[in-house]
Amino acid sequence: MAVMEGDLVRQEAAVLARAIAEGEVSAEEVTRAHLDRIEAVDERVHAFLQVTGDAALETARAVDRKRSEGAHLGPLAGVPIAVKDVLTMRGVPTTCGSRVLEGWRPPYDSAVVERLRAADMVILGKTNMDEFAMGSSTEHSAYGPTHNPWDLDRIPGGSGGGSAAALASFEAPLAIGSDTGGSIRQPAAVTGTVGVKPTYGGVSRYGLIALASSLDQAGPCARTVMDTALLHAAIAGHDARDSTSISAPVPDVVAAAQRGDVRGMKIGLVKELGGDGYQAGVSQRFNEAVEILTSLGAEVVEVSCPNFEYALAAYYLILPSEASSNLARFDGMRYGLRVGDDGQHSVEEVMALTREAGFGAEVKRRIMIGTYALSSGYYDAYYGQAQKVRTLITRDFNAAFEKVDVLISPTAPTTAFKIGDKVDDPIAMYLNDIATIPVNLAGNTAMSLPVGLAPEDGLPVGLQIMAPPMADDRLYLVGSALEEALVDRWGHLLIEEAPAL
Amino acid sequence: MTAITRAEVEHLARLARLQLSADELDHYAGQLDVILQSVARVAEVTADDIPPTSHPIPVENVYREDVARPGLDRAEIAAGAPAWQDDRFRVPRILDEE
Amino acid sequence: MSTAHDTVDFAVALAMFEPVLGIETHVELGTNSKMFCSCPTAFGADANTQVCPVCLGLPGSMPVVNRTAVESTIRMGLALNCSIAPWCRFARKNYFYPDMPKDYQISQYDEPLCFDGYLDVTVETDDGPRVFRVEIERVHMEEDTGKLTHAGGTTGRIHGADYSLVDYNRAGIPLIEIVTRTIVGTGSLAPQVAKAYVAELRNLMRALGVSDVRMEEGSLRCDVNVSLNLPGAELGTRSETKNVNSLRSVERAVHSEIERQAAVLTTGGRVIQETRHFHEDTGRSTSGRSKEQAEDYRYFPEPDLVPVAPSEEWIEELRGTLPELPALKRARLQAAWGIGEHELQTIVNAGALELVEAAIADGVDPAAARKWWTGELARIANDRDLELTDLPVTSAQIRRVEELVADGSLNDKLARQVFDGLIAGEGDVDAVVAGRGLAVVSDDSSLLAAIDEALAAQPDVAEKIRGGKVQAAGAIVGAVMKTTRGQADAAKVRALLLERLGVSE
Repeated sequence: MAVMEGDLVRQEAAVLARAIAEGEVSAEEVTRAHLDRIEAVDERVHAFLQVTGDAALETARAVDRKRSEGAHLGPLAGVPIAVKDVLTMRGVPTTCGSRVLEGWRPPYDSAVVERLRAADMVILGKTNMDEFAMGSSTEHSAYGPTHNPWDLDRIPGGSGGGSAAALASFEAPLAIGSDTGGSIRQPAAVTGTVGVKPTYGGVSRYGLIALASSLDQAGPCARTVMDTALLHAAIAGHDARDSTSISAPVPDVVAAAQRGDVRGMKIGLVKELGGDGYQAGVSQRFNEAVEILTSLGAEVVEVSCPNFEYALAAYYLILPSEASSNLARFDGMRYGLRVGDDGQHSVEEVMALTREAGFGAEVKRRIMIGTYALSSGYYDAYYGQAQKVRTLITRDFNAAFEKVDVLISPTAPTTAFKIGDKVDDPIAMYLNDIATIPVNLAGNTAMSLPVGLAPEDGLPVGLQIMAPPMADDRLYLVGSALEEALVDRWGHLLIEEAPAL
Repeated sequence: MTAITRAEVEHLARLARLQLSADELDHYAGQLDVILQSVARVAEVTADDIPPTSHPIPVENVYREDVARPGLDRAEIAAGAPAWQDDRFRVPRILDEE
Repeated sequence: MSTAHDTVDFAVALAMFEPVLGIETHVELGTNSKMFCSCPTAFGADANTQVCPVCLGLPGSMPVVNRTAVESTIRMGLALNCSIAPWCRFARKNYFYPDMPKDYQISQYDEPLCFDGYLDVTVETDDGPRVFRVEIERVHMEEDTGKLTHAGGTTGRIHGADYSLVDYNRAGIPLIEIVTRTIVGTGSLAPQVAKAYVAELRNLMRALGVSDVRMEEGSLRCDVNVSLNLPGAELGTRSETKNVNSLRSVERAVHSEIERQAAVLTTGGRVIQETRHFHEDTGRSTSGRSKEQAEDYRYFPEPDLVPVAPSEEWIEELRGTLPELPALKRARLQAAWGIGEHELQTIVNAGALELVEAAIADGVDPAAARKWWTGELARIANDRDLELTDLPVTSAQIRRVEELVADGSLNDKLARQVFDGLIAGEGDVDAVVAGRGLAVVSDDSSLLAAIDEALAAQPDVAEKIRGGKVQAAGAIVGAVMKTTRGQADAAKVRALLLERLGVSE
């Protein structure tokens, strides 16, 4: 089948890769098409902080050359990808959405970027995010908010709103996100795309600028389950530079996505993640998806995870605590912004002035919470207790996974809200992550995929699938089966219903 | 939990090296109080016999062999430094000895 | 600045108070690469040439533990009779300082790798050697900081500097911190005990090969805690004197701090809990930061590193690699050589124990081995600022010198010149002897001629000897040795002289 030039940006990554490998289209043409699309729409979407067009074209031409020389190409060779600005990329400004890193060009590539390069993928640029990944709306970026392609007045989720919006606006067929409490899954849910938080330790964190080291995990974002699996396989695997990287073989997520089968599976519906506080249309689409899973041959049962109730509180202690330490290094001494160095201010004052000017309100808020929670005298009551809650949540998961193969819930309690609605109401903002946070605390793996539009606002709804650690393949088994059934029902991917920009 | 005072916020800001303005101190004092009261509920469920989890995945004993390799090119480091002199990072005067 | 009346004489202080010590020692391990990254650790490299994203704390970088550093720490713990933790974690110590790239130090907090050990140290007293047992609270791993140079201003010190420059080559070099429990009951020996403890730690680290402990390069640094209390009273408030970087300084720091605190206490003052900075040049310390308001380091388990959980097998394997520990070795050699504690201490202090042991094993006469290594060779090394082990002198060479002395070809003075020639690279023993023309003058006629000449020059002395004052012969012998430029056997000259004058002993 010939891929039409005008359609290039709407293609699945798997299709593009095949077309490039078979010479139906060049990697350069595919890259140009995406760069043109970015040029045309990103002024309104603002998914990208940095577009590396020249480097992308150069990489694409190298892939084409390799192909013409008969070299073996990987399954995603020549396919463009957008990378969240939380990952270092040698020589390319990497800001984490913060003023404090404005203009910093890392002298090294992150492990994920290395893997993308090794897979001959074409990096289009760096995507917008909440500053240091703190947020659920991408409004906390120092470089202005990203807009949801479904409704430009609404948030694209966060912190990885840039990556999700790039997919939903057809600026890139694939993207990398990072997920500390839902930053891949919640943006996927509110933009009608797919995102996976791999098992903690599944993807190297080397070069992933840390928010909360014990929670962070980079992962794949795409418009289909299969594309997500291909990207997952490309970036996952052991890396000796990350001590928390798992040395076991990566579960075969691509095979699982190909199989897409839930017959005989037991699926647990988490009682605590639903009902009150969840938007009606979200619950409706979620329930319809549950019916589909049943009709596909899965047994769906309700499962209780009583300690999930405390997950949000534990998370908003552990995250700020680790973040307060991880972000200490942004002090204006070795890289990035320096403010107040006039020969009069002391080093201590210059550090404080730099951090005051370089960090936004949410970052400062969380640094102070974390500083408080780790202080002697408060440690046991806050950080120590939060770590015990973490144990209880892991136990809840373990007990649940003794009964069922995967757990499901809505990904986020609401569809995309209006930009500005919650920006200075931290507690309201934090509630967006209520369903995604338990997985980060326990270190296991989860996917969000679109299950329809909420009738009341016509905006995408996401369903979350959660699996045990290192059972990432189960997400794809279930996700792929559900996606296929939904596409059968709709006649197309949900994303096709997104308004033209 | 007692309410967090403006003075405590000031102390935290100093510990965290944040030169907050007076307005910010007022603003954060209120917000931190609300946040800390809502997260303090972690104390409700936990008993002494529950071990804390610091690492989500139980991996132990990860080491590298003691082999030296060259690091970064100095010019590249210098290029990113806010101030650089005599092949070193230049930093403002230090008042307190560690 | 301190003036004379700020202190109380040491003996007076000790007559009134009992000193209590605590010593924290940081030692750089002699690994090839840093604690958490692969950067080299060579001392003296150009600034910021041994750095990478990890030890510069660049965003996104992550630490990975050096296996050898863990093993060195466990071996040190075993040598200090410690228990080894079956499971422990690294922790972050959070504080802002420009020499600290991440603004936290990866260290260990409430879960040290090694704990509850001891080290016995021997101190010479007027009543002979006395052994003190220093209890070790913990041995843990951490990383070093970068090096600051203070610039501008006039003093080159931190105060008054306009700005500072940072070299991060040292940042991330593995350190072990060894912390004692309080050391009590030393009385006036406190300074010596402190010094002997640090010296013994150094010996131990060298014997284990975990560090070469070059103190002049700052690879061993001590923080010395001192407090005074009245006999029977509870412990006093302690001060912490930081960065005491030589054995001599450890002794001086304890000594001066006892005098200073005694002065405070005897004039009705109160010792404040504070950090003090020791100055090598004056041997005194000045007040630093007050510790009344303790630093809040906000320790928490390092999430980027996984727990260290040494298995029994690993620990036993490491125990098997321990060499004979210095104290045991000294006791063994002292017995084997049949020498006293004082002579042994002389050998140890000269850093010659291993060299003497090796020489004896190579067939050198034990007395000769001790004599040369602690005498002439130690003097030469000291003069040239070399380590004794750096001298290019072999056991075979010492044996040859001894042969030549025994057969009368060389005397002691000439033998010393032979070693000088060996170290100057003038070839082997015989080559030096030949090259320098070093040979005892044994030709009787030329000696007799020299004797006659000396007698003629000092007729009064000659008379005295003839008159039976045999002890006056030394003057003539000395004159003969002088004219033969030392190349004569003094005993032989004396015998010839007395024979010439017809006098007997």
